[in-house]
Amino acid sequence: MIRLKVSDPHTRLLMAMTVAVFLAMSLLKPGVFLSWNNLRSISFQFPEFALLALAVSVTMLTGGIDLSIVSTALLAASAGAILQTQVFENPSSLAATGLAVAAIFAVGALCGGVNGALIVHLRIPPILATLGTMQLFSGLTIAVTGGTALYGFSDRFLFLGNSSILGLPVPLVIFVLLAGLTGLLLTRTGFGFKLYLLGGNPRAARFSGINSAQILLRTYILSGVLASFAGLIMAARSNSVNADYGASYLLLSILVAVLGGINPDGGFGRISGLVLAVLSLQFIASGLNMLRFSSFAKDLVWGGLLLVVLAVHQAVKNRRNRATGPLVAEDKR
Amino acid sequence: MYQDFDQKHIPSELIRIEGVSKSFSGVQALREVSFSIAPGQVHGLVGENGSGKSTLIKILAGVLSPDRGALFFDGQPFRSVSPKRAIRKGIQVIYQDFSLFPNLSVAENIALVSEVARGAWRVDRRRVRELATRGVRLLGVELDLDALVENLPIFQWQLVAIARALVQQARLIIMDEPTTALTRIEVDSLLKVIRSLRDSDIAVLFVSHKLNEVCNVADRLSVLRNGSVVANLDSKPFDPLGVAELMTGRPPGGRTVRDRPDDRRVLLSVSNLARQGAYSDVSFDLQEGEVLGITGLLGSGQTELAMGLSGLLPAETGRIELDGKDAVIDGIQSALDLGIAYVPEDRLREGLFPKHSVLENLLAASVERSCGFLSFIDFQKFKGIATAWVERLSIKTSSLDLPVETLSGGNQQRVVLAKWLSTEPRVLVLNNPTAGVDVGSKTEIHGILQQLAEQGCGIIIVSDDLPELLENCDSIRVMSKSRLSERLTAEATGEDQLYRMLIGEVH
Amino acid sequence: MALLNWRKELPLFGAVLGLILILGVGNAAFFSLDNLADLLRNSIVIGIMALGVMVVMASGGIDVSFTAIAIFSAYATTRLLLETGGGESIVLAFVSAAFLGSILGLINALFIAWLRLPTLIVTLGTLSLFRGAMLTFLGSEYITALPNSMVAFSRWDLVTGLTSGGSTYRVPVAFLALPLTAVLVSLLLNRTYWGRGIYAIGGDRESAERAGFATAGLQTFIYCFVGALSALAGMIHVTLGRIANPFDLVGMELNVIAAVVLGGARLTGGYGSVTGTLLGVALIVMINNSLILLGVPSFWQRVVVGLLILIGAGTTVVRGRALRGVRT
Repeated sequence: MIRLKVSDPHTRLLMAMTVAVFLAMSLLKPGVFLSWNNLRSISFQFPEFALLALAVSVTMLTGGIDLSIVSTALLAASAGAILQTQVFENPSSLAATGLAVAAIFAVGALCGGVNGALIVHLRIPPILATLGTMQLFSGLTIAVTGGTALYGFSDRFLFLGNSSILGLPVPLVIFVLLAGLTGLLLTRTGFGFKLYLLGGNPRAARFSGINSAQILLRTYILSGVLASFAGLIMAARSNSVNADYGASYLLLSILVAVLGGINPDGGFGRISGLVLAVLSLQFIASGLNMLRFSSFAKDLVWGGLLLVVLAVHQAVKNRRNRATGPLVAEDKR
Repeated sequence: MYQDFDQKHIPSELIRIEGVSKSFSGVQALREVSFSIAPGQVHGLVGENGSGKSTLIKILAGVLSPDRGALFFDGQPFRSVSPKRAIRKGIQVIYQDFSLFPNLSVAENIALVSEVARGAWRVDRRRVRELATRGVRLLGVELDLDALVENLPIFQWQLVAIARALVQQARLIIMDEPTTALTRIEVDSLLKVIRSLRDSDIAVLFVSHKLNEVCNVADRLSVLRNGSVVANLDSKPFDPLGVAELMTGRPPGGRTVRDRPDDRRVLLSVSNLARQGAYSDVSFDLQEGEVLGITGLLGSGQTELAMGLSGLLPAETGRIELDGKDAVIDGIQSALDLGIAYVPEDRLREGLFPKHSVLENLLAASVERSCGFLSFIDFQKFKGIATAWVERLSIKTSSLDLPVETLSGGNQQRVVLAKWLSTEPRVLVLNNPTAGVDVGSKTEIHGILQQLAEQGCGIIIVSDDLPELLENCDSIRVMSKSRLSERLTAEATGEDQLYRMLIGEVH
Repeated sequence: MALLNWRKELPLFGAVLGLILILGVGNAAFFSLDNLADLLRNSIVIGIMALGVMVVMASGGIDVSFTAIAIFSAYATTRLLLETGGGESIVLAFVSAAFLGSILGLINALFIAWLRLPTLIVTLGTLSLFRGAMLTFLGSEYITALPNSMVAFSRWDLVTGLTSGGSTYRVPVAFLALPLTAVLVSLLLNRTYWGRGIYAIGGDRESAERAGFATAGLQTFIYCFVGALSALAGMIHVTLGRIANPFDLVGMELNVIAAVVLGGARLTGGYGSVTGTLLGVALIVMINNSLILLGVPSFWQRVVVGLLILIGAGTTVVRGRALRGVRT
């Protein structure tokens, strides 16, 4: 039972990797990498992206996927932007900001609900359903923003993306809270217990009386809400909403999820692994930047890393299978 | 050259296995296995799960090579085996899953392999058609060559697989548990097909653990136990009970039902239950501690009825009473709330979460009710419950954290049972509870069921294993055309009579 | 067999015809020669890519790295030709791009066929890897001064003329690459045992192995072939646009996959046809280019594409359920 153990081989590997990257960067560029400024800027940068990875991960645990996370984030953010820039006389008031934030979550939950309903009630495979809603939501984003960027959030709203509480960047605080809550939800509650089982074998879950429809619906709503938090941070950080923002985030967040040990077939993977993967990738990106590599070297290293890690895993697994394979096969019915 | 000193009455031999041994990382899978098969002969190979049947099939198919020993084909030593060479020699294996392509047509499925083996790279549609027609004719059956295989009933998959073997000039067809997915009638037609193969001098190795069928169709019989051939039986008739004893090394269990009073309280009463296209007009009573058997041909509605009682295919009309009170079953949740649990047939696909731990599997069915959406899990309590079940059903596992797929078939089935028993059912509905389970575990599972009945649980066993029903049930009902027959007492009914009822000769 | 396929593609065919009618009735300009020429020109790149993706999906895989392969190969070839001065032969240009594309495809194949890693994950990794490698090592600036042969090729027209309105319309010779690829893929899939093997792997990989197909070899071929097709599409994109922009193409992978899925290929493998894929491409290209003729603002394009995917997937599921219902 992987969730009860303190760590599994994959998490240990990730932990070692994260520490190694951190140490290497600290040694290579001691003054710069370890500087307060750099760590601060890292903590502002990665949460929006990490939240998207978190959003896609929960759906991958059920054996599904959510390709609409970025579109959801942007649609939600544009709802907030419209409230902030066009509706209220005094957008900086607590009420206006609060309503904008609430609208963002509501749209996120709604988008997730639409995905969930398509998957649960119309039984459309998740990859197709969310491929469709990805287009749908991003089309709607362009429609409501009129194809241009929306500017002019209130200061109070911008606080959520650019300020610090007790020296900790607000986006980081939001991410830590949400990652912790999601982790708790997955490992310690009945919902999580059932979600992992559902991801492991949906058919057996149905026969076991697990209410799969309810769990799937809630999972996709959770994914939508997590994505909408990412949208909130994106909007607050850049003071704008633009339908083209974060286009490369989708495939990257799936990449991070897989690197973090989330099994795309469902049933296995831990939030801690995901967080470690995000951290080590962010350290690498930041380090490469300091070593004066082009910003695109990041893509190269991330993609390469994913392939290497998976290849090593697979090689180990294949060798183990070859040793015991035929006996296991003998047991097959 | 070896002499045929022990087979004077057999004209010639097609394949001979001499002292074959094979081990995997220290575990001996096969030990000094020897036997031979003659052309036109049906050779039965029986053994429990894990006795080495699959390994032997793979060696014959050229997938594995033996550590020691030799194969002879047509009297010639057959060395450096590979799947391709085995196929060229005329050895064809029909695996349990048939190895067909559901997305391709029947014609293509039949012709594909031999065309590829011929080294053809261009698709010659006329040739494909001819080959397919020939295969179906050799088999003596009718098949729609243009239909996609995925749209065929499972029995016809079997026929397509055999036709495919035939067009490849098969001389030996190895059938691995060919009757698993078939109903009794279909089994009979399959056995007929196999006998017709015998007439065209094709040898068949019939690998199965269903002793009645093997004993019926085989000309000779080899029994495997723990990797060794414990007996080569040369002449019919074979006695299934004797063979079972050879297979398990234990005397077979007799009737396990003890005498039970027939006038206990009615636990579950069903009247005029119906669901369009599934079952209709079903009425019966189940007493406390009664074991009721339901059997029928495939598609007669018995599986649907079992799923109806457990809320998976809820009834549209009719009445269900539990303890004399009206009960509504409109989903699996309401069935579970009433204390009706359903143990599905397909262990790996429907019963278990193979890669998840024993603990998670044991608690999968009870967690929905014991643990709400956001309520926290008490893992200590969960462990306690799981440990208790492991002990109670003597499940052999070294740890609760082990993936359940690493357990043996019999132990897996016990985990499935425990999973359902932990919901404390008043009525337990089981669908073919011992399918694919070896004889030893089968007996133990039957024991568990009897014990449950003893404690007052009402048990409904849906099965097409007639001896199993006769051994375990107080009463039996036959389902045909979605309807349920009158109640028969097991003692008064013989297998023969039951079978004739099944195929509709007696009402 | 051919008839059966047609019947399966009938709804899609109806959808394409319906859309043509709606567009034509809504605005007669739809049938104008320059609009039709535009549609043809715009379907070349997505069409070739879609055919490649369909082959992958028929084998039960999925590829999201093809856009990166396309732009990598085209960009690298352009640079190579410029730097070596070998830009005189257009054949050499296309051949070397296709070669490069198949090498990149081979990298996919190494992980997929030999290490047996899941295709989506591998190609996600290589998408990032190839793109990063191109931008890091080959450069990230636009090249507007293309080699002579490529410029000449882009000016080589198949059909050209003046509309009655006086504007020019042109269909470049490069358009021929689409029907040629379609015929090639169709022959491969339906008339050779390599092609049947691709469907066989998609239907059941283990069975395909037992049936004597060299599955690892076939998969290697598939990903190299798709790599070469993508490179071809990338070269045509660069040539017709007369600019080698390394930031192009990547990002449209899911749109191409959407066209293929609309064309009837299933993500679970074993299904997919050339006719269906071309119809799916036609649908997407018309929506993206002609919806605007109806006065529909361009930003509704994505909404319509999204809805089409959902409707297509929904009806497939419902039809599938009905079919299964009949059987049990």
